[in-house]
Amino acid sequence: MTPPLSMPGLWQGFAAVLRRDLLLAWKRPGDVLNPLVFFAIVSTLFPLAIGPDAEQLRVIGPGVVWVAALLATMLSLNSLFSNDFEDGSLEQMLLSPQPLPLLVLAKSTAHWLLSGLPLVLAAPVIGMSFNLPVSTQMAMPVTLLLGTISLSLIGSVGAALTVGLHRGNALLSLLILPLAMPVLIFGARSSALSAAGDSIAAGAYFLGAYCMLSLTLAPFATAAALRISNE
Amino acid sequence: MSALLEARDLSIIRGDRLLFRQVGFALNPGELLLVEGANGSGKTSLLRVLAGLMDADSGMVCWNGADTRRARQQYRENLLWYGHRSGCKQDLSPRENLRCERALRPGSGQQPDGVLERLGILRVLDLPVRVLSAGQQRRVALARLLLGAAPLWLLDEPFTNLDTAGQELVNDLISEHLLEGGLCVMASHRGVDADVPQQKLVLQ
Repeated sequence: MTPPLSMPGLWQGFAAVLRRDLLLAWKRPGDVLNPLVFFAIVSTLFPLAIGPDAEQLRVIGPGVVWVAALLATMLSLNSLFSNDFEDGSLEQMLLSPQPLPLLVLAKSTAHWLLSGLPLVLAAPVIGMSFNLPVSTQMAMPVTLLLGTISLSLIGSVGAALTVGLHRGNALLSLLILPLAMPVLIFGARSSALSAAGDSIAAGAYFLGAYCMLSLTLAPFATAAALRISNE
Repeated sequence: MSALLEARDLSIIRGDRLLFRQVGFALNPGELLLVEGANGSGKTSLLRVLAGLMDADSGMVCWNGADTRRARQQYRENLLWYGHRSGCKQDLSPRENLRCERALRPGSGQQPDGVLERLGILRVLDLPVRVLSAGQQRRVALARLLLGAAPLWLLDEPFTNLDTAGQELVNDLISEHLLEGGLCVMASHRGVDADVPQQKLVLQ
């Protein structure tokens, strides 16, 4: 019997899954643009509906942008594992000798690059429609950067638990929202505080810590959840 | 010496229905196990248990004498799964699919182009899998078996959707694998037409 030959390295496994997901997005750009379009529409509708009172817009601006970002991320989470589940690639990943948390982390990275990063980049433009001061325009991408990374990671746990369920979408939101609340509160609050001239350091530190916590725990939780929902 | 792959007293309960109980077998290098049974008798469930995708409600699966639940990572290096679902991304081409596949498990060192030529899908190498016929998609999935180096093949209905030539091909692949000392557990309604030791397990 021939012994198993060279096992591909960890980095190769990570890169292959990341590459595959990015390539898939490249072939179906509609899926990637969806959350971004949703984010842009929701946050630009508010100034239209509320009226041209610049002072009022400045007060609600950071909160609206953050809620829109949270909902846009949620929107894209449902398909994180469900496509893989349907075509059988999930089975193949579960049976791969590569550590599952690593492959899951690659999927989360791809998800963030495709849904979180565009929001971070679009936020300053959206901020203009709320007449936000420059300090908030600068603070918003920083808090959103840390926040969306956490949301992608936490969201992957929920997506893994609801994979294979027929109406998993509502359940997914219910599972994820409580864990996403701290991100929303600190993100929106520290962006709002920066409008008043305060430092965003405290909020950013918290978001950074939350991001690190998700980064270390979420891939393992997601891997365990995937194994359970595939039984 | 005990067999390389051994299942002892496996029982599976699905909902409140007992699928099968106390199923056991021992398989040595070069041997084929053919799992037969009516639709819904638990063939796929048995294969999923053997792959470690699902736990049996009782009993154990041993690889090389060790419980596979204890040494899952090592066991996974030794198995290849070919199921109902192709495991290929519909929007990617066979070439792109296999490229990702090769980073996930130990490889046999065979060149992808050679493998695809043998499987008769070299012509459609750069088309999205979505536009291929069902049989061609199965052939792309078969490439996984040739590119991987694992001794244990778990095949769930490998002959479905394939034309006569395709079925012959699967037959040849399995018998070659067994002659090289591999193991194969296959759920199917037809056996392998080759001079290899075959066991049969009928699920009631």
